[in-house]
Amino acid sequence: MDFTLKIWKQANSKAKGKFETFKVKDISADCSFLEMLDILNEDLIDKVQLPINFDHDCREGICGMCSLYINGRPHGPDQGITVCQMHMRNFKNGSKIVIEPWRSKAFPVIKDLMVDRSAFDEIIQAGGYVSVTTGGVPDANSIPIRKELADLSMDAAACIGCGACVATCKNASAMLFVSAKVSQFALLPQGKVEAKRRVQAMVAKMDELGFGNCTNTYACEAECPKNISVSNIARMNREFLGAKLGAQKA
Amino acid sequence: MTRLDSKIPEGPLAQKWSNYKSKQNLVNPANKRKIDIIVVGTGLAGGAAAASLGELGFNVKNFCIQDSPRRAHSIAAQGGINATKNYPNDGDTVYRLFYDTIKGGDYRAREANVYRLAEVSSNIIDQCVAQGVPFAREYSGLLDNRSFGGALVSRTFYARGQTGQQLLLGAYGALSKEIKKGTVKMYTRSEMLDLVIIDGKARGIITRNVVTGELERHFAHAVVIATGGYGNVFFLSTLAMNSNGTAAWTAYKKGAFFANPSMVQIHPTCIPVHGDYQSKLTLMSESLRNDGRIWVPKNKEDAEKIRKGELKPNDIAEENRDYYLERRYPAFGNLVPRDVASRAAKERCDAGYGVGSGLAVYLDFKESIGRLGKDVIEARYGNLFQMYEKIVDDNPYETPMMIYPAIHYNMGGIWVDYELQTTIPNLFAAGEANFSDHGANRLGASALMQGLSDGYFVLPYTLQNCLSEEIRVPRMSNDLPEFVEAENNVRERLEGLLSIKGTKTVDHFHKRLGKIMWEHVGMGRNEEGLKKAIEQIKELRQEFHKDVRIPGDMTGVNTELEKAVRVSDFLELGELMARDALNRNESCGGHFREEYRTEEGEAMRNDDEYKYVAAWEFSGDDKEPVMHKEPLVFENIEVKQRDYK
Ligand SMILES: Cc1cc2nc3c(=O)[nH]c(=O)nc-3n(C[C@H](O)[C@H](O)[C@H](O)COP(=O)(O)OP(=O)(O)OC[C@H]3O[C@@H](n4cnc5c(N)ncnc54)[C@H](O)[C@@H]3O)c2cc1C
Ligand code: FES
Repeated sequence: MDFTLKIWKQANSKAKGKFETFKVKDISADCSFLEMLDILNEDLIDKVQLPINFDHDCREGICGMCSLYINGRPHGPDQGITVCQMHMRNFKNGSKIVIEPWRSKAFPVIKDLMVDRSAFDEIIQAGGYVSVTTGGVPDANSIPIRKELADLSMDAAACIGCGACVATCKNASAMLFVSAKVSQFALLPQGKVEAKRRVQAMVAKMDELGFGNCTNTYACEAECPKNISVSNIARMNREFLGAKLGAQKA
Repeated sequence: MTRLDSKIPEGPLAQKWSNYKSKQNLVNPANKRKIDIIVVGTGLAGGAAAASLGELGFNVKNFCIQDSPRRAHSIAAQGGINATKNYPNDGDTVYRLFYDTIKGGDYRAREANVYRLAEVSSNIIDQCVAQGVPFAREYSGLLDNRSFGGALVSRTFYARGQTGQQLLLGAYGALSKEIKKGTVKMYTRSEMLDLVIIDGKARGIITRNVVTGELERHFAHAVVIATGGYGNVFFLSTLAMNSNGTAAWTAYKKGAFFANPSMVQIHPTCIPVHGDYQSKLTLMSESLRNDGRIWVPKNKEDAEKIRKGELKPNDIAEENRDYYLERRYPAFGNLVPRDVASRAAKERCDAGYGVGSGLAVYLDFKESIGRLGKDVIEARYGNLFQMYEKIVDDNPYETPMMIYPAIHYNMGGIWVDYELQTTIPNLFAAGEANFSDHGANRLGASALMQGLSDGYFVLPYTLQNCLSEEIRVPRMSNDLPEFVEAENNVRERLEGLLSIKGTKTVDHFHKRLGKIMWEHVGMGRNEEGLKKAIEQIKELRQEFHKDVRIPGDMTGVNTELEKAVRVSDFLELGELMARDALNRNESCGGHFREEYRTEEGEAMRNDDEYKYVAAWEFSGDDKEPVMHKEPLVFENIEVKQRDYK
């Protein structure tokens, strides 16, 4: 298969970026999208040009490192997978593919297609954990947890922190990401203890970092490679309101 | 010559760890914050260690290559984590896990370390549940278990097919809590390129900030290397693309011995190679062997027709299928350890029974879907099936999966004593980066256990024993000549690589190295091949240093430069692996020397001559390394031929 690639090139965070056009030829349909970029890069280096920089690591859809905006969609045309899991058979032979980095104020471009997502780490640092320390915890089976709740918690915990939800949201809202973490813990007895404090701290941090508001377009759910549900946002809103009311009463 | 002192504590096996803990030295709380610890790596081992040491009040600096500590390679682990809870009441004990691990490792691991690992395994599960890790549960609300290879009990805890992710996010949560408190300072997108030694002790590291390209000097009273495995020396492996051996190799070149470098695990169930553009191999978790049955056609003609596309797997009648693991190993069947399963697959394919390209066998769920229903199989393995379908474009609920062995894990690594200290004082190694617990073969679901054991429950104790000597040592300036020299060496090395300006890419060399390694230092090894490999690697290394092309310069992001450093280290490490494999004239675990096998084709150990850990000492570039032996003493287990029949 042959493709024409329109790729965002940007030398560093301060430089002005622009699109450049590249061609790749004889790509196998079984080749993954990132392998196609590898082939392009090998070719560029052969021509003594600079390769395209993009983030990636596990190449199996779990680390959350890959982050390409393809033809206007984060992680490309296929639903429920990351770009590293996508294969060229998803594209029409001879087609043009536009590749951009995540676009969001909270995720500045580092170089080409690489962005800085440390804002997500900061939100977690604000309270996205259970504050236990190592040792001195009860036996793992001392608190039974209803299977349905454990499963729901796992559904939320499956978030890989890639940032596709932010990239696709017209408001650059991080609600899906934050609510997934809030829900994972709010559903478990171990996490409930600090649930109020957690939701308030994480939401405050999210606002402070310049992520936008949620206006319920649900684009995030549609583009999430892990199918994280927007019902988590509803749960977080309930938790948040509950926490505020609780604070007023206290 | 340094003597290898494994520092195994006195007393009976089951008392060693508590004896150690009651006698070790501790650091008082007021002194802890005056002590700096560097932890390189944020995987299960590094992340858990950094968080736990921060909680104790030490001043921790933690480093990783990725943009966030949550993305360390541990995130990719799928199947589960072992622990001796014995919740299913099926007869598990600490001794049994210890026994299974030593036996699974083909009697090439140190008893005391392995026993400690089994002993703390239960605490790990308690800890993770308390952190909010959503392990799989039964309708009773209690934790569920599954079985993994090499065990007759069900002791594997799991979180769907994403156990590594959930455990790592647990550790990442603990780490984030400490980062917020200020006890841990996190350096992301930073790569350690050298170790700084002052007066014989590890005192810091040199890193490159991969965003700015700047070199940085970091001091600490002690350094922990938890940088994972070096399986990418084979180019194609199940490891993440950024996994590398550089930190460990740097430590080796500064005097840390490297133990059993050739002990590599080849995982039996991976998606087969499909083209030369391929960048990595995808694992299909071992847990699938709980419900999947492995087979190839009984008749060569059928296999041939399948390869030509004239027959489909479902056309082969039951009686014409060879469930070769069940046939050869009736006791363990599809759940034999990985090395055994991998070799059996290679044997069938080499004999002409392979399917797909010829290098693949089937993993079939038809029987279990019939028995349990599609929903149950989907609940257990849904995400793995989805992953398979996306990659191969085939539906595993209907057609059997095709699998083949691939490079997966390094049992070998930096030599450490019982305290996880290397042969360089104040330098520790944890997780996959050390060699300590898995001997010649690791059992499934035991790497996660080891990483978290090292990080949560071992290093927080053993490091204190070392650091109690350091309370009077003030923080050192990183302008000391040792720091300046180390930084200059790194700069010269990077400039040297950039100035080659040759004609071939880094990947070009990496792929060629991978081919040599897979052919001669892979699943089957022999004297002639290994000698050839050593020569070929040397030649390739010379060619690399004459002809590699790295575009760009030192400043800013330069991924090719990062890769070049790693590959130039792999080109040295690969040779050491071949030497180690050549030295070991026996077959054990993942190390299969074709000359040493029984009549039935099973691995043949030589306990009289090789019941030792081979720890290699660097003696200069292009000089032969020196091998030291740590004899292995088995006092609590009878050393037998491994038998899974
Ligand atoms: C696909 C797959 C599935 C697996 N499934 C299982 C399973 O089900 N059960 C099980 O027990 N085991 C499993 N394993 C094995 C297990 O995941 C690993 O052995 C384990 O996670 C390694 O953890 P670690 O902390 O030692 O290192 P890693 O998780 O590899 O972390 C290494 C860290 O070091 C950092 N680093 C590396 N080099 C440098 C450097 N030079 N400078 C700075 N930082 C550096 C990295 O950024 C990273 O943070 C699996 C492995 C793979 C590949
Ligand atoms: S590279 Fe890890 S999710 Fe894509």
